[in-house]
Amino acid sequence: MIINHPLLGPRDASEFTYLGDAALIDRPDPDTATAARDFYEYQYLRDNPAGTLRELWYHEAGDRAWLVVTRNTLTHEITHVELARDVARKAGRST
Amino acid sequence: MSQINRIDGGQIDRTQTLKFNFNAKTYTGHPGDTLASALLANGVRLMGRSFKYHRPRGPLTAGSEEPNALVELRGGARAEPNTRATTIELYNGLWARSQNHLGPLGLDVMAVNDLFSDFLSAGFYYKTFMWPAAFWEKLYEPVIRRAAGLGALSGKADPDTYDKGYLHCDLLVIGAGPSGLMAARTAARAGAQVILTDEDFRMGGRLNSETLEIGEQTGADWAADTVAELAAQPNVRLMPRTTSIGAFDHGIYGAVERVSDHLHRPEDGKPRQILWRIYTRQTILCAGATERPIAFRNNDRPGIMLGSAVRSYVNRFGAAPARQIAVFTNSDDGHKTAQDLHAKGIRVAGVIDIRKDAPRSDAYDVFAGSKVTDSKGRLGLRRIEVERADGTRHWIDCGALAVSGGWNPNVHLTCHQRGRPQWNESLAAFVPGGVLPPGLSVAGAANGVMSTAGALRSGAAAACTALSLKAMPDLPEAEDAPLSITPFWHVAGKGRAWLDQQNDVTVKDVKLSHQEGYRSVEHLKRYTTLGMATDQGKTSNVGGLAILAELAGKSIPDVGTTIFRPPYTPTAIGVFAGRSRGKAFKPTRKTPSHIWAEEQGAVFVEAGNWLRAQWFPRAGETHWRQSVDREVQATRGSVGVCDVTTLGKIDVQGSDAAAFLNKVYCNGFAKLPVGRTRYGLMLREDGIAMDDGTAARLAEDHFVVTTTTANAVSVYRHMEFVRQCLFPDMDVQLISTTESWAQFAVAGPNARKVLQKIVDPSCDISNDAFPFMACAEITLCGGLRGRLFRISFSGELAYEIAVPTRYGDALIRRIMEVGAPYDITPYGTEALGVMRIEKGHAAGNELNGTTTALNLGLGRMVSQTKDSIGTVLSRREGLNAPDALRQVGLRPLDPKDKVPAGAHLMAATGPVDAAHDQGYVTSACYSPTLGHHIALAFLKNGAERLGETLRLVSPLTGVETHVEVVSPHFFDPQGDRLRA
Repeated sequence: MIINHPLLGPRDASEFTYLGDAALIDRPDPDTATAARDFYEYQYLRDNPAGTLRELWYHEAGDRAWLVVTRNTLTHEITHVELARDVARKAGRST
Repeated sequence: MSQINRIDGGQIDRTQTLKFNFNAKTYTGHPGDTLASALLANGVRLMGRSFKYHRPRGPLTAGSEEPNALVELRGGARAEPNTRATTIELYNGLWARSQNHLGPLGLDVMAVNDLFSDFLSAGFYYKTFMWPAAFWEKLYEPVIRRAAGLGALSGKADPDTYDKGYLHCDLLVIGAGPSGLMAARTAARAGAQVILTDEDFRMGGRLNSETLEIGEQTGADWAADTVAELAAQPNVRLMPRTTSIGAFDHGIYGAVERVSDHLHRPEDGKPRQILWRIYTRQTILCAGATERPIAFRNNDRPGIMLGSAVRSYVNRFGAAPARQIAVFTNSDDGHKTAQDLHAKGIRVAGVIDIRKDAPRSDAYDVFAGSKVTDSKGRLGLRRIEVERADGTRHWIDCGALAVSGGWNPNVHLTCHQRGRPQWNESLAAFVPGGVLPPGLSVAGAANGVMSTAGALRSGAAAACTALSLKAMPDLPEAEDAPLSITPFWHVAGKGRAWLDQQNDVTVKDVKLSHQEGYRSVEHLKRYTTLGMATDQGKTSNVGGLAILAELAGKSIPDVGTTIFRPPYTPTAIGVFAGRSRGKAFKPTRKTPSHIWAEEQGAVFVEAGNWLRAQWFPRAGETHWRQSVDREVQATRGSVGVCDVTTLGKIDVQGSDAAAFLNKVYCNGFAKLPVGRTRYGLMLREDGIAMDDGTAARLAEDHFVVTTTTANAVSVYRHMEFVRQCLFPDMDVQLISTTESWAQFAVAGPNARKVLQKIVDPSCDISNDAFPFMACAEITLCGGLRGRLFRISFSGELAYEIAVPTRYGDALIRRIMEVGAPYDITPYGTEALGVMRIEKGHAAGNELNGTTTALNLGLGRMVSQTKDSIGTVLSRREGLNAPDALRQVGLRPLDPKDKVPAGAHLMAATGPVDAAHDQGYVTSACYSPTLGHHIALAFLKNGAERLGETLRLVSPLTGVETHVEVVSPHFFDPQGDRLRA
């Protein structure tokens, strides 16, 4: 597979390490009454769609950027690649 | 023996004669021959024995689809089993032998299996090897293992090298027959970067084997001229002897180039094979088609071949399979074979055509509406039985039979990304269907275009489409006859008619499978093993499906088909491994003191990719324990030194560095003063301990974090995840500095005295100025910058001193020199381990991916006043149950007893089983300090059970010992020594 790194261009998948669902960016607030439940769901419950999935890849043999890669799990087609940091910022994790 | 069946013509070089050896006999052939064609030229039809029944077999084909003629090629360490004689390019000195027989090939003792074939029918293994269970290990498995597989590996290391390579192009053309050559020529003339691969050593595909014309030339000449034109173009890379084995994601294709398989030995510096990874924008698959046989009784005798193979041997290789050849066909293809044979002066014993309206001939007998019903000849075909349209039968003498049952397009690569072939009624074959790999199109016979003109046209058109070219090139004239075929799969009747010759699957087996309820194609395949041999059923799958469809009263498309996975043809594991074998399998990392340690005679151990000194034997020491005990006692008695460079080091800088560490460590770091170090425990988000280490604060905004050797990479990855994905705007930067610093632990009561001779006098390292857990950037040896940490894994007064890596060797030598008055002793990882067990420090054995801070006795470290990774889920009820495992120490009641790691704890009396399990030993050693064995263990509710006596059992090693539960801090529990 080839991942089109937003900063470095197309790179072979062998340079990357795979983590999984990009929902891992959405770490729950630990200071709410539902934190225990929220963290349980965050840690253990994942969708496993036959189709489009946003997932985390780490450019370990490259610039060490974590990327959010939108990939079709049936065809392996990659439609979008973003810096995970930008995704996290957009999700309001800056504060 | 002379080449008795060598005939005129062909693309072999008769000016050179090659000698080769098959089954201990010497034969001759010519450059351009394959092993199979050379053997046929020498009158040898028998080349092997079948897998199950040990039936005599010769080549069925002239290509990579060959099921029968599998031989062991090259002897000794270079031996390669299961190699197809039909693809082995002949070279001088070639050595090969047949496989799968006991005794000589002509007299195989195992052929007795053939007499018991009724017991070995489909599903034999499933039915026979079911019970009793005890028979499995002793009887069934050894029998199956011995019988399984045709050839045998040499068991020796392969002396040759295999490489990997990467190529990029605009257009990859797979297959250099008429469509592939035309596609490549069209693209090359348009200036595109083109790669053309072909599995054969001579490009041209069927053009080399047929007597057809393109323009004013023979097909073979047109192919040679086109190849020459392409070879002269700088934008074309021709890759003969290269099999494209798979279509992978995003335009990546795998191809194996056989660089040296056609040579006696690889040339100096050349690999035997190369695994190419080809990155391409567009691909045209021009893989051609494979002819299929018709099944009839005893259709597996040496000499019975596909019609296309007979034409290849006669036209391309100048080798006649026999002097008298019959033809069995369901299409005009068979008549093409007969005409070619007749033109070569080979007697055509008759053309048996199942069609009533078969074309006539003046030159030889044509039996219209007839079929072949049986054959004779123990080790090679002698005669066939023909049933005429009127039902009468007679025998015809012939040494070979050319069978033509139609053509199957080679759709394999179109299936590699879930494409599913579709049935084409007019071809009676599967053609590419479903979703093809993106960027891949199919041309020529592979796409069901069966005429030469059609192949040229579709190759050119595919290239134009792939490269968005406007004008189609001019095409040369060629035959354009439509294919006329009457589907016909097998001749009904008694006896065994073979479908899959490599796995010995007959028409009867397919019937049995259907009868016993295995009716889906996937079940048929697995029950009968049809198509599961090394040829993956290239000549047999469709025949099997057709018979299944007939039995089920369905059409072939309703029955469906299995699809294909990479690789296209069998591929040696060696080429996948490439250079990654032996020492080169992974990098070896050596510590900065490695050379020095070698000089001391150290014994090394692998720790991840690192080599670390395990112990340093001295003269007179005959057992490793003597060395280790001495190293421990010398360190505790005076001073020792150990290379600890391998621990991961991560530099953490930025104004939010402390806040960041507060997130990744479960304990607090915000209030750690500059110049101090703290032990830190990292949890995974699920609350399980991930790693531990120390973080030294060198400045307000600068920490140096250590990780365990094994987790250096994964911790760094995790910290980057936390930084980028969870807290994207913290002002913090990370960089791994593991390789940048050489670091040594200097431990023992005299450690300070030694270091005071190393560290520059301007740096005060007295206990008051530099107490336990202090850290500082220092200078040493007269101005060299370094770092000093007062941390202790051994429990002694200890320091870790770090210098830039290039000074590591010099520093260890200096430390040894200035430490000599104190008998400074280097110690290895074993002594390090003993001392940490004596102190009850957790290491990898305890941080084993299942344990929590509570289990480790560090529960109170988990700060409840701040958020960090893992805090919330570490509070889960199940992880905090009253009987949760707790780390304890164990002492054997009998001081002579050992306490083996991995042993389990049971109550002092009562049953020994999993239900009564109380815990397990994680680390164990002999403590020279205490004079007996000790161990660290996890014990249910262990913190409350000190003083209890338990049984330690290890049923595997037969150990049963009584132990006392004690504090894990065996030695100096108050820590007075490390603060001294």
